[in-house]
Amino acid sequence: MADGTFVNDAALVAAKDLRLELRSRVAVSQVVPFAVLLLVIFGFALDGDQTTLQRLTSGLYWVAVLFAAVLIVQRAFAVESDDGVRDALRLAGMRPASVFVGKAGAIFVQLIVLEVLLGVGVAVFFGTTLTGWGLLIASAVVAAAGISAAGTLYGVLTAGLRVKESLLPMLLLPVLAPVLIGATRAMGAALGDVAVDGWSWFNFLAIFALIYVALGLFAFGPLLEES
Amino acid sequence: MSNWGYIIVGWSAAAGVLGAYAVRLVTRGRSLSRRVPPERRRWMG
Amino acid sequence: MTDTTTNPPGAGMGAPTRSGDDPRNTASKGTRVFGILSLIGIGWLVALGLGLSPDDQTQGDLVRLMYVHVPSAWLAYLSFGVTAMGSIMYLWKRSEWWDLVAASSAEIGVLFTGLALVTGMIWGRPTWGSYWEWGDARLVTTLVLFLMFLGYLAVRRIPADTHVRSRRSAIVALIAVVDIPLVHFSVKWWRTLHQEATVLSSDFDPKIDDLMLFTLMVGLVVFTLVYVWFMLHRFRVAWLEEQLLDHSLADAIEARRAEAVGTGATT
Repeated sequence: MADGTFVNDAALVAAKDLRLELRSRVAVSQVVPFAVLLLVIFGFALDGDQTTLQRLTSGLYWVAVLFAAVLIVQRAFAVESDDGVRDALRLAGMRPASVFVGKAGAIFVQLIVLEVLLGVGVAVFFGTTLTGWGLLIASAVVAAAGISAAGTLYGVLTAGLRVKESLLPMLLLPVLAPVLIGATRAMGAALGDVAVDGWSWFNFLAIFALIYVALGLFAFGPLLEES
Repeated sequence: MSNWGYIIVGWSAAAGVLGAYAVRLVTRGRSLSRRVPPERRRWMG
Repeated sequence: MTDTTTNPPGAGMGAPTRSGDDPRNTASKGTRVFGILSLIGIGWLVALGLGLSPDDQTQGDLVRLMYVHVPSAWLAYLSFGVTAMGSIMYLWKRSEWWDLVAASSAEIGVLFTGLALVTGMIWGRPTWGSYWEWGDARLVTTLVLFLMFLGYLAVRRIPADTHVRSRRSAIVALIAVVDIPLVHFSVKWWRTLHQEATVLSSDFDPKIDDLMLFTLMVGLVVFTLVYVWFMLHRFRVAWLEEQLLDHSLADAIEARRAEAVGTGATT
C-alpha cells in the first residue's frame, strides 16, 4: 500500500478529472455562477438587509457551499458514466481505494476554489468582514474534505441512474447535516458572531472527514464492482 | 390541566399506523402467496 | 438467486425451520405465537398506559404519551441497527437473505421513526408550547435518521440487478448509520455550546413511580414483539417478491426458448 502506485493512481485520476473539468468549463460557467446566484437570492429573500445578512453570513455561506457541492459531485460522475470511464477505471487495474482518493481529491480541489470565491462573494454582497483567518481556513479545508469524501461515495452510487438529479441531494444533504452545523459554527466563531469554541468544531469536522474517508476506502470497491 | 386530547391523538396515531401496516403486510403476503408455488416458499431454510 | 445462497446457518428468527405452514399466506406457527402475544400485550399496555398508571408529578397526564413515544423511538433505533447488521453481513457473506433482512427492517424502521417523531411532536406541543424544538438533540437526530432512511428506501426502489441493488443499499445503510452518532453529537453540542439556556429538561424524571416504570417496560416489550411479528411477515413478503421476480424471469426465458424452438420446427 505504501508504495508509490497508490498515490500515483490517485493523482492520475484526480488530474484527469480536473483536466476534464477545466476543459468543459461547466464548473466555471455554471457551478460558480450558481453559487454566487444563491448569495444574491439570500439577499432578496432576507430583505436586502445588510445587518441580517452579516449576522447570518456563516449559515448562508455554508448552505451555498453545500448546494454547489451537490452540483460538483454530480458533474464529477456525469463525466464518468457518460463515457463509460468507470469501466475503464476498473479495467485499468487500479485499486478502488486509489480511485476513491483521486475522485474525492478532484472534488476537494474544486470545493476549495468554490469556497474562496464564495468568501469573496459574502464579503462583497453581504459586506461581511472576514476575520479569524486561521480558524476560517482550517475549518473550510476539513469541511471540504468531509463533503468530498461523503459526496464521492454517493456520487458513484447514483452515477448513471435516471433519478440521480433528485436522489443525490436527498441522500447527501441529510448525511452532511453535521458538516453544515459544524462548519457554520466554526465560521461563526471565526467571524465573532457566536461566542463558541470554534476549534472544537474544527476537530469535529476533522473527525467527520476521517470517518468518511475511511468508509470510502473500504466501500468504494463494492460500489465500483457494479456495472 | 388535562391533556387528554393530545394523549388520544398520539395513541390513535400509533394504533392507526401500526394497524394499517399490519393489515397491508398480511394482504400483501396473501396475494403474493397465491402466485408463488409452495416449493419456493422455503424462506427459513 | 439459488437456494444455496439463502440459508446462512442459525438463521432461525423464531420461526419453524420448515416454513410455509400455511400455503395461502405468510403466517406460520411462529408468527401466530408472536401475533397473539402482541395482541395480549397491547391490551395490557392500553390498560396500564391509559388507565392504571398514575399521572406524573411534573408532567401530569402527558406522561402517558411516553408509553408510545419511547418504545417507538427505541424500535426506530433497533430496526436501523438490524438494518446495519444485515448490511454488514450482506457485504461479508454476499447472501440475499441478509439483504432482505436489512430491507425489511429498514421499512419497519421508517414506520416507527415516523411514529416516534409524530408522538414526540404531539408531546412537545403542550410541554414546550411548540411542535418542534431544535434544542432537543434526540428529536432532531431522529428526524435526520428518518430522512436518511427514506433515501435508503428510495435507493432500494431503483430497478437494478439484484446484486447491484443489494450492494448499493448495503453501503447506503452503512453511510447513514455511521452518521447517526455524528448528527446526534453535533446537534447536542450545537445547542449547548450556544449561550441560550436550553430550558428543556430531560424527557423523563429519573425518580419515576414504579408502576410508571413498569408500564414503560411493558411498552418496550410489546413494541418489540410487534416488531418481530412485522419482521417475520415483511421478510416473507420480500422473499416472495424476490421469488416471483426470479420465477417470472425464468418463465419468460423458458417461454422465449419454447418460442424459438417452435419457430425453428415450423420453418
